[in-house]
Amino acid sequence: MFETARKLRKIGVLGLNERNADFIMRLNPRRLYPRVDDKVLTKDLALKAGMAVPDLYGVIVHQADVKNLGKMVADKDSFVIKPAQGSGGDGIFVVTGRSERKRESFRLSSGLLISEGELRHHISNIVGGQYSLSGNRDKALIEYCVHFDPTFAEVSFQGVPDIRVIVYRGYPVMAMVRLPTRASDGKANLHQGAVGAGVDMSTGTTLSGVLSDHLVEDHPDTGALIAGLKIPNWDFILESSARGYEVTGLGYLGVDMVIDADRGPLILEMNARPGLNIQIANGTGLANRIARIEELFDPAATPEQRAAIARREFPAE
Amino acid sequence: MNQRYVYLLAAMLAVIGMSVFFYKWQVLGFPVTEDLEAPVWTIEAAVGFESGPGSIKVQLNVPSLTPGFRTLNENSVSRGYGFSTNFGGGGREAQWAIRRADGEQTIYYRISVYEDDSVDESDTTPPFPPTPTINEPMKTAVDVLVDDVRNHSADTASFTTELLRRMNDPSPDPNVELLMASVATNSEFVDVITSLLATARIPARMVHGFALAGRQRNASILTWLEVHDGKNWLYFDPVTGEESLPDRFLVWWRGNESLVTVDGGSNVQVDFAIQLNHLDAVAIAESQAAKQGGSAVDFSLYSLPIQTQAVYSVLLMIPIGALIMVLMRNIVGVDAFGTFMPVLIALAFRETKLVWGVILFTLLVTLGLTIRFLLDRLRLLLVPRLSAVLIVVVILMLLISMASHRLGLEMGLSVALFPMVIIAMTIERMSVVWEERGPADAIRAGLGSLLVAVVAYIFMGMPWLEHLIFTFPELLLVILAFVMLVGRYTGYRLTELRRFKELAQD
Repeated sequence: MFETARKLRKIGVLGLNERNADFIMRLNPRRLYPRVDDKVLTKDLALKAGMAVPDLYGVIVHQADVKNLGKMVADKDSFVIKPAQGSGGDGIFVVTGRSERKRESFRLSSGLLISEGELRHHISNIVGGQYSLSGNRDKALIEYCVHFDPTFAEVSFQGVPDIRVIVYRGYPVMAMVRLPTRASDGKANLHQGAVGAGVDMSTGTTLSGVLSDHLVEDHPDTGALIAGLKIPNWDFILESSARGYEVTGLGYLGVDMVIDADRGPLILEMNARPGLNIQIANGTGLANRIARIEELFDPAATPEQRAAIARREFPAE
Repeated sequence: MNQRYVYLLAAMLAVIGMSVFFYKWQVLGFPVTEDLEAPVWTIEAAVGFESGPGSIKVQLNVPSLTPGFRTLNENSVSRGYGFSTNFGGGGREAQWAIRRADGEQTIYYRISVYEDDSVDESDTTPPFPPTPTINEPMKTAVDVLVDDVRNHSADTASFTTELLRRMNDPSPDPNVELLMASVATNSEFVDVITSLLATARIPARMVHGFALAGRQRNASILTWLEVHDGKNWLYFDPVTGEESLPDRFLVWWRGNESLVTVDGGSNVQVDFAIQLNHLDAVAIAESQAAKQGGSAVDFSLYSLPIQTQAVYSVLLMIPIGALIMVLMRNIVGVDAFGTFMPVLIALAFRETKLVWGVILFTLLVTLGLTIRFLLDRLRLLLVPRLSAVLIVVVILMLLISMASHRLGLEMGLSVALFPMVIIAMTIERMSVVWEERGPADAIRAGLGSLLVAVVAYIFMGMPWLEHLIFTFPELLLVILAFVMLVGRYTGYRLTELRRFKELAQD
């Protein structure tokens, strides 16, 4: 038992207690949480900072505004409806197109056809707080539907794979690609059974994956090899996530991005309490990398410089 | 950086808590173990007499120096008599006085004592007694006997033993026979012995008392011989000559004075009754502390009304539950719902007992969860949904109680003791986790909660722990200090060693 603890300590594996006490409580002041918990606010701040985010078509704040849905998406064929304070991908409706015969009928990513009335009912539930973490009233976002990049098509089962980057005091320190599986129901959430694949920080190439705390070599549904995929626009991804520090002020941050086939990497959301499984996916711990950043920390460094340091310091072993 | 303040504060709390604890334990004698009861003997002397025509004054020798025993309290029941105690020749005397009384009178004196080995056995070292004046022909007999015994002994103890042996000899020598001629009672016998010892310049006196055992009516007074060897008082059995004292010998009075004198009364009779009670050791310690003027007692929980005490004896176990919770969550790393839900469930287990508690809890949560999923389809808003779950939980509790009553399983009735709001919140949290992270996580966290509740129940139900915390509430400061330290624990949780074990390979 102590032997295991010693080995973990040696490779710098971060535990929950240490993450909470030394990083989240120290570097993430409570008052900054709304910046990441409310997706409308996150998007707003990110846009102001010049980061790429999925276009916002509209926000529905009051029940009375629900009827405006038709106007908001009048000229859009595909869009996503999501709760501003949802978690774990709940309450997200992905509309991929419209019925050919009837424009008021929408096709969901699952292939189902759904009427505008049903969509409105769903939005009204979101506004009522059905999916919000606190159960309070919420807002519904209507935004651009990502056409995801074919890089990960082979290793995803439906859904949208995303990239999670851990950013420590503005420096990207570790990253992983989260690949939806049949078990995760198309959601890129490791808790729900998605596969996480470590990423070589210097090249943006995927390493092997982790599925519920165990290492896996290939995707459980498609059987394709997970390792060795080159993430496009890797430099831009590192710089964008580094910029997340300026946007949120959070010193221990998880930045979630998706890669759009047309528009490149887009920031989806940010997280003030990113999980620790990323360490298993990368086969190494966060603590040593964090310690290295503490040595190199320069408050004046630009996001580009910080991204460069991440590339230089943290290649895969 | 603020790490140091945490350590400092924790150390301060622990030191304060532990010092008060040690003071109460070592100095005031509060018991740490649950051995709650100590034997307490109440000896009652009933002085009965016929009152004469005039004023009456009663003097009764009462215990003063009682080696091995400490007085808990004493009192007198004597209607119309003035009562006081003062020191007389044989020790302490109780005095009653009344101007006139009619007919038969009974005065009661009661004293309660408990064993305490620390009570000083030593009396002041007595002066060498003056040689008593003894007339002929006794004087020659005494001198011969004393010289003879002195030749056959080495020190005070052996002198006494030898003397007693000779005096008790079934076929005594003529000198002894002469001395024994006027001796009728045991106490007269001891009186003669004391005179003989005084002739040899050995301080000696009679002690009268009781061998305390169980309950005794008409307890008889034992007369023993006490001899001072220059350092200590030694006790001798006047009959066998052995240097010994009966077990639990309570010295009532010393010397050759009579037990009681009644001026203005006749037909005096004293009856002793001994009653053995078991009294809270805590109560004894408290009365002790009160005598010493300790303020620790003012803050003792035992000074609260009994009803409030009962409440606190349960409430004080909640910090223990919280401590278990902290250990299970932050050191072991067990997943559980709600911060203190398991502690409250553990409290309910105290009433239902463990097996039934686990059965009922599982049943209630399973049924509640099923209905919660049905409710989910109705897509209710949060507060109405929670209220609906709460109402369902109450209805379920009612149904379980009625069903188990029908089946004759009376323990099922105790389901009513579960904190229903907490159960409702648990069901709600569990269903949310079920949806967000899947059934495996939800069930794991549910079982984790149950596990923590069971462990908390086991610790919260330990009688010695309950006693310890209730008697020494200052230990809560120590628990607080410990919890603060765990609050700064940044090491791995035990379950993380398993979670990250793939990383620890090679």
